[in-house]
Amino acid sequence: MARKNSRQWLWAVLGWLVAILLFFPIFWMFLTSFKTEVAAVATPPQLFFRPTLENYVAIQDRANYFNYALNSIAVSLGSTFLALLLAIPAAYAMAFFPTKRTKGTLMWMLSTKMLPSVGVLVPVYILCREAGLLDSRIGLIIIYTLINLPIVVWMIYSFFKEVPKEILEADRMDGASTQQELRHVLLPLALPGIASTALLSIILAWNEAFWSLNLTTFDAAPLTAFIASFSSPQGLFWAKLSAASTLAIAPILIFGWLSQRQLVRGLTFGAVK
Amino acid sequence: MSSSLAVDRHPETRPPEQRTRRQVSTLPLVAPSVIALLLWMIVPLAMTIGFSFQRYNLLNPDAREFIGLGNFTFILSDPGFWISIGITIILVVSVLVITIGLGTLLAILFDQEFPGQGIARVLAISPFFVMPTVSALIWKNMLMHPVNGLIAQITRGLGLGAIDWFANLPLLAIIIIVSWEWLPFALLILLTAIQSLDHEQIEAARMDGAKPIALFRFVMLPHLSRAIAVVAMIETIFFLTIFAEIFVTTGGGPGLATTNLAYYIFLKALLEFDVGGASAGGLIAVILANIVAIFLMRSVARNLDT
Repeated sequence: MARKNSRQWLWAVLGWLVAILLFFPIFWMFLTSFKTEVAAVATPPQLFFRPTLENYVAIQDRANYFNYALNSIAVSLGSTFLALLLAIPAAYAMAFFPTKRTKGTLMWMLSTKMLPSVGVLVPVYILCREAGLLDSRIGLIIIYTLINLPIVVWMIYSFFKEVPKEILEADRMDGASTQQELRHVLLPLALPGIASTALLSIILAWNEAFWSLNLTTFDAAPLTAFIASFSSPQGLFWAKLSAASTLAIAPILIFGWLSQRQLVRGLTFGAVK
Repeated sequence: MSSSLAVDRHPETRPPEQRTRRQVSTLPLVAPSVIALLLWMIVPLAMTIGFSFQRYNLLNPDAREFIGLGNFTFILSDPGFWISIGITIILVVSVLVITIGLGTLLAILFDQEFPGQGIARVLAISPFFVMPTVSALIWKNMLMHPVNGLIAQITRGLGLGAIDWFANLPLLAIIIIVSWEWLPFALLILLTAIQSLDHEQIEAARMDGAKPIALFRFVMLPHLSRAIAVVAMIETIFFLTIFAEIFVTTGGGPGLATTNLAYYIFLKALLEFDVGGASAGGLIAVILANIVAIFLMRSVARNLDT
């Protein structure tokens, strides 16, 4: 018993050490956001200091912060909604009525993710310019929908696959219509899966930083672009930068914490039983 | 097309357990997704192919003309292009090795029971949720800055002097940042895989006197191979086009030291306004990605048969 206990303590020390190391950069950023600019660059680094909210006030004074945040929210939610709208019927059809082409179609969908964004940067830029979608939320929503669609289809497909076929069969025997079957049986069973797919899609869209940096300038620029705009004045605005970063990642970080258990189920693509 | 996607309509040939299956035409359900992705793939790709054979610079759009393979010979003879391919490969392979190697070890660690395990795990996976621009800025300014960065302050405090990461070891700095972002992802997936492993099997092997290394090599690793394949596939998709981390920290420099293929094309397209050259480079990137994709798809397709 004593041996088991000591081993457990060893694991605890190791586990916590790793966790703290990995989390430290985020913690340090959070801490810095409450320092004055002078304290933020002080030597030696200060772990204990008088916290101030002046950085958050300063960020709020840059009135456009909320514009960026609003863009992030609109773009992540909009693209996730659209992707689900397209993906749920497709995943349903492929999971419950597979044909010999289903596997190939799924593989092909995933292979479109392999298409490097840079390879089509110029045409997409020009297409967006011609369509008046440059620096517009609609443009970003359409692009995010398309780049996340393969993963969304895949995740929902693997969740549908987990629904026991017997339940649907039994319901069919009882004479339920397709609509009833979808609404009363499949949807409640697959809802947790759909929710976690939506969460991942939101996280990916929120953090996407290639198209947002290249296709937006101001009006539709999400938080990724807002943060990137701080990259030039090195060292001068660490505390304010930390405050802005904290605001930019806090919603998605909390999202991730709450959904991590469900997230991973879909992400394994059915490879883990 | 329609007959192959729709459900088989010959009831007599159907196995008995499918008799209750509905007559649902799946085509209208699948078509929207397929068409959307097809357009997304084909339209820009066709335009890229078209541009790649033209002299087309946005600064001088009137001089647009067909030049055949001119852009390709120019790109392929540009040493910068080959450097960028080499850097892309180094970046993808080293981050894959680091995240999967460390991820496996950490997954075993977090599979053990210890006090506060749940909270520790949530903390450990947090970097995955941080947007690339933010994580790049944290590392660049607060951790790796040669004067005020925490790492420099610690090494100087130990009398080791400070490293100017982005001037002297820029590629390593990028590798560290990207690994930090993606290690949690590998950890999360591999941990789930380990937890699905039959623990009685491990106990039985241990009773039989299997050493920990043999246990790992012959029991755990085979079980993990499918999860590792999935991690490698998803990570490769994202690593081939690493952009924001470079954009925010080094801007591809110093020189071309951190210019991967994605960044090389970006420099051509948006800074030199050379649409023709960027398109030719983009096309080569697409071809390379497809070669990688074929290998990855094969390994994943094998794992699909469940």
